[in-house]
Formats: sequence, C-alpha cells, structure tokens
Amino acid sequence: MTAETRHTATNHASSDDGFAQGVLGRSRHALQDDFLRAAVRFTADRLRGKKQTATTSLGRWEEWRERGRQIRSHTVANLDYYLGQFADNVTAAGGHVYFAADAAEARAVVQSIMREKQARRVVKSKSMVSEEIGINHVLEAEGIEVVETDLGEYIVQLAKETPSHIIIPAIHKNRQQIKELFTEAGGENLTTDTKTLTAFARRTMRDKFIHADVGITGCNFGIAESGSVVLFTNEGNADMVTNLPSTHIVLMGMERLLPTFADLETMANLLPRSATGQSITTYMSVLTGCRRPTDVDGARDMHLIILDNGRSRQLGDLKMQHILNCIRCGACLNVCPVYRQIGGHAYGSVYPGPIGAVLSPVLNDGEKYSDLPYASSLCGACSEACPVKIPLHDLLVHLRQRHVDSGQTKRTERLAFKGFQFAFSKPGRLSLAMKVARFGQKPLSKNGRIESKIGPLRGWTEGRDAPTVAQSSFRERWTSLQKELHQFGNTDNKRHGDLNGDLNGDRNGELNNGSSLNQESRDRKGDGRHE
Amino acid sequence: MKVSLFVTCLVDNLYPQVGEAMVRILDRIGVEVVFPAGQTCCGQPAFNSGYTDEARASARTLVDAFEDAEYVVSPSGSCTGMIHHYYEELFANDLKRAQKAKELAAKSFEFSQFLVSVLGVTDVGASFPHRVTYHPSCHGARLLGVKDEPLTLLRNVRDIELVDLPYATDCCGFGGTFAIKMGDISTAMVTEKVDHVQETRADVVVGTDMGCLMNIGGRMSREGLRVRPMHIAELLYEGIHKGVIAQ
Repeated sequence: MTAETRHTATNHASSDDGFAQGVLGRSRHALQDDFLRAAVRFTADRLRGKKQTATTSLGRWEEWRERGRQIRSHTVANLDYYLGQFADNVTAAGGHVYFAADAAEARAVVQSIMREKQARRVVKSKSMVSEEIGINHVLEAEGIEVVETDLGEYIVQLAKETPSHIIIPAIHKNRQQIKELFTEAGGENLTTDTKTLTAFARRTMRDKFIHADVGITGCNFGIAESGSVVLFTNEGNADMVTNLPSTHIVLMGMERLLPTFADLETMANLLPRSATGQSITTYMSVLTGCRRPTDVDGARDMHLIILDNGRSRQLGDLKMQHILNCIRCGACLNVCPVYRQIGGHAYGSVYPGPIGAVLSPVLNDGEKYSDLPYASSLCGACSEACPVKIPLHDLLVHLRQRHVDSGQTKRTERLAFKGFQFAFSKPGRLSLAMKVARFGQKPLSKNGRIESKIGPLRGWTEGRDAPTVAQSSFRERWTSLQKELHQFGNTDNKRHGDLNGDLNGDRNGELNNGSSLNQESRDRKGDGRHE
Repeated sequence: MKVSLFVTCLVDNLYPQVGEAMVRILDRIGVEVVFPAGQTCCGQPAFNSGYTDEARASARTLVDAFEDAEYVVSPSGSCTGMIHHYYEELFANDLKRAQKAKELAAKSFEFSQFLVSVLGVTDVGASFPHRVTYHPSCHGARLLGVKDEPLTLLRNVRDIELVDLPYATDCCGFGGTFAIKMGDISTAMVTEKVDHVQETRADVVVGTDMGCLMNIGGRMSREGLRVRPMHIAELLYEGIHKGVIAQ
C-alpha cells in the first residue's frame, strides 16, 4: 500500500471505496457506529470543558488570542525572512537543513539519511507531518522497524489505522480494543486496567528506545532567532526519541515558525490550553542543534526537513494564507458538531475536522478532497474556538467558491443555482416560482408537511419532514395587514405607552445610534467567549 | 421612527405568520413599519454554496430595496449576519453598491437585537404559561454577535418557565444547503439536538431563525414529538395577544 492510500485505510473502508463515496459515503460507517460516536463525544466534551476551565483561569483570553493571531499572521506574512533566519541558525548550531517541496522529496531525504546511517530501527514521537508524507510505510517496505512511541499513535499503529484526531490519535478506541491490540502485540494476557496497559507499553517502548538508530519527531514551533526546535509533549517519549538514538530527524511544516522566544511565551499559553485544557504540557523541550562536546545528552546528528507540500501556494492569497497560522491544537475538532458525529476517519485525510476540511483540499491539488469543505454547516464554532483566530468558516466558503469557479461542481447543481439567480433577482419572478411550488407540492404534502423522499428533497426528507410553501406569502398578505396596523398616536398604542415609553418623534434622538451599535457588534464578531 | 422589514425568503414563503407577528409587535410598540416590495433574498443559500455571482443577483435586490430605509429589521440573525459579514466582499467590484451595502449593514438588525439594543424594549408585556427552551442560532450568535438579546426578552415574559437547553450552542445541523447535500450528517446533528430538547421536557423550543427551527421542527415531527418550534416573534405575539394570526 502506498503512503497516499494509507490515509483512508482504516479497518473498515478500503481507500478506493472511500474516495468514490466521498466524505458523506465515508461517514455512513461512523454514523452507524454508536460506540465510535460515544467515544468521540466523550473525549471532545471532556477537552471542551477542560479548555474552558483553563482559559478562564488564565484570564483575558481574547487578548491572548489576538496576540497569537498577530504573531502568526506576522510570521506567515514574512515567512521567507524567518525561514532564512531559522535555517541559518539551525546550521550554525550544527544541524543539517533540507527543504522538501513535496511529500516525495521529504521521504527521499529521510530514506537517504537512513541509508547513510545504515539504520534498522526507528522510534518516532507524534508528528502530523510524518503522517502527511506517509513515511512509516516507506521505511517498513525497506525492512526498517518503525515504532510509534506516543501511546495513542502506538495504538493506532498496532491497529494499522491512521490517527483520527490531531491531538488524541486513538480517540475512537476503547480500553477493550486497546487490550486486545496489546495482547496480540506482546503475547501477554493483559487486563483492561489502565495501569496494566500503560505498563505494557512502557516495557515495550523502553527496549525500542535503547536499541533505536534514529529518532524522528515533529516540531511544534521553530524559533527563528536561535534555530531551536520546540516540542510540547505529555508522555516524555519525545525526550527519549531525541536523546537516545544517535541521529535525530525533525519533520516540520514550513509555517511552523515563531520569530523569538518571547513569541513562544504566547504560544505556550495558547497551545496546551486549547488542545487539552492544560496550563502547560508535562514537557516543553527546546532543542538547538545537535549535541555539543559539553552536553551530557542529545543526538550527535540532527537533520531538519522543512516541508512545503502545497503550503507556499497559499501565500499571497490574503484569505487562504490564514490557514498557515494554525498551531495544530485540535480545538476546532473538539467543538465541531460535524466531527462529533462522523469522527476523524470519515474525512479521509491526514487532518480531520474543520482544519482538515480546509487544509486537505488546499495541500492536495485535484478533486480528491474537494468535497471536504462541504462537510460543514458553517456554524462558526471552529472560528470561535481557534486560539489564533483563523476564520475557518470563511475559509470553507472560500474553498467552495474556488470549487465552483473551477467548474467542477455537478451540472444539476449549477443549473439549480442559475434557477435561484433567475427567480431571486426580481420579486415578480420569485412570486411566480412560489406559485409553481404551491401547485407542485400538492401531491407530496399531507397535513401541511412533506415526507416524500424524492428528487432533491431526499437529503432532507430521509430524516426530517419538510414544511410546505404557505398558501399566501407574507408579500401577498402585506396589503391587508398594513390596513390593520395602528398608526402613530392611536389609542391602542397609547395604551401600551407604559410598557415601552413613547417612542414617537422626539425620543428618536435618544435611541442608540445604529451605526455605533453595529460597530460594536462587528467588534464582538467571532469573539471566542465561551458560554 | 420608521422600520423597513427585511422579511427573508424563508419567512416570506414558508412562515409568513412569523413576519406578521414581528410587524404586529413593532406596530404595537409604536414604530411605523413598511415593507419594501423590491426585496427577494439576501443571497446566502447561493453564497454559502460558493456561487457568488448567483448570490450577488439577489443581494442587489436587497441593497437597492433598502437604500432609503432608516432601520432594517429582519426575523433572522443569519440573513442579517450575511449582510454584515459578507456583503462588502460580495460587492468588492461594484463600488457604488459596496458603499450602499456598508450603509445597509450599519442600519440592519435582527428582530430581538432591534427591540433590546436599539429601542431599549426588554419587556413587550407578554405572558406565556409554558415550559420553553431556547436554541441560540449559530449565525445570529457568532456572525452577528446577538447573544443575550433574545434571552432578555424571554426572561421578561410572565408565567414562562424557561429551561436551559443542554449543549445549547452546538449547531442543529441546518446549515442551508448542507442539510440537503450532507443529509445524513445533518440528520445526525439534528437528532442529537432534538435529544437535548427532549431532556428539557419543554413544550416549546424557541429560536430567532426559521432555518434552524424548520430543521429542528422537521426532525421532531418525524419523531412524532409534540414539542412546538416557535420563532421568538411568534411566541411574544401570542403572549401579548391571543389574537389569531391568519394562517
């Protein structure tokens, strides 16, 4: 299986099926899997709750978010400069830097390092970029043993699946399933007790760490001013991966930079709180170059691979380049009502949830992920949750516009919207269209509702009743309604004067000025206050 | 003061009684209400599906119809949010209309927002002796920033038993064309929403957007539940006046 196809290779859908069906087809499995949805809901709710507690206790969360947005926007807008500075500083600290234009180039660099080191065993800590380039299979095909050392990633690896969440890779698995996977892997008869399971993983890992030739990690942030790589982890495995093997390979997306350590302070406050509701992760490791003669530990050799893979194509698109601000915290997944129902695998891409629905079509040309931006009700919960204020719901609309403009949408859909344009550009046409609808709905409606599952209505009526077009529209009722209305100063109005004061003439000046209120509501838009 | 009604395509054609209730309440308060007949739809169904040219055609009718309006009030936070959030971008190459769109946004309000924040009316004198739960629509709350206004009005209704909806801010799954295009996912979402409505044992689920209420109501009807979906204007009007709104 190629790296490309592994993305959808879960234990329930072959990749070919997955792509023929699209996201809706891939969702069907999850929608019928009550356990999976319960597991996703349980974890997402817990993370949401913890995030709320953590952000409240920090205080002034909106200011932190705004600061985060500014730092990331500034970095992305000046990415060329910071990449240059970062690469120079990594090199000066003894690391080797490679720029990979796409996944294939990144894989080739890793493979050449493996060959040079004659490496047979690799330990990895969590890295979404490594998923993006599908490195595990390529190395395994060469007979190299690759072990995921993050507990969640290890579970997913044993199950021959892919992560279904950016932060909690095995969010869709339960204790029983984990026990079975570990029992099979270790030949021991284990119980479902958490301590027993983690102890097994620890014992297994310890041996792998000691004998590994190469460690592969991702990179949460690269600090341009020093050439440092920063990793946020909870299990301590990344420190083993970066210190025990003699060679360390870092995989990072080209946008993962921060100008200075001062900027890291902001991110260190935003990232763990948004991801897991922790004030700080158990470990925040900062690695600068490779081991110096005076150092007691660290890899002797450090190789840093900076991946483009479609990222730079977004630079200059003033809307879409915001997607590069993402710090991969997963907060948008945890609040997403769609992700909650279908889980991560239904997205069929490395990055699931709202961020995946934007990122996957952007990083991969062609039609493969072109339906993902439609897997959203545009409710805006993701934008509200994002710690760096990426306007995800706007970007989803923007991607739909791109899709329409590219002429890839179905002919029937294009015709439907041409019809919309025709009918809705003149009130007379709209009234006529509604008259036709009133006539057309007659055989379909009973008791004032429509249950028939025919034609374009089907998507709606499979699970819901549809309303019927009213016998007379508001527009048609207006003339008679207007005649009934009390005009200013009539008795009825006076009678209710005590309720609301007399709003006639003179007091208008005292009413809130519309424009200032609107200004205020614009200011409040997208504000992430959690209720 | 004169208010021009932006009645929204959904209310105009599917739920005209909501428009009527809104008009009667505004009239009762002593505001002159007019209905510019040139309007059709804000264009959101097409815009959110990526069809910007098609959206622009109906958005133009709105911008032109309300050019001379003093205030524009609508029974939908979503459609008002569309004007506020996307019109400037929609008319980026039509400077004259972009300016008009900006002016339109500055004078456009969702119904409850207009009552509470512009008129300062927080109690319309309604009495509604039922158990009611409120679903905050996503676009009204997130795009337009209308969060407290509907609740302010509801809390002042006499004899109402207002119960909190669990997971209130989670989307009901409407999302316009999403509900048809991704019907199964949308249905799963609304089913969860309806489960939460049932947990409250409310007789009425009230909201500020007929799109969401059509979705929640359609699911409740399919499940055979006897919970009534109501727009806030309907609830307030019924509460003021048991007068019959022509059906």
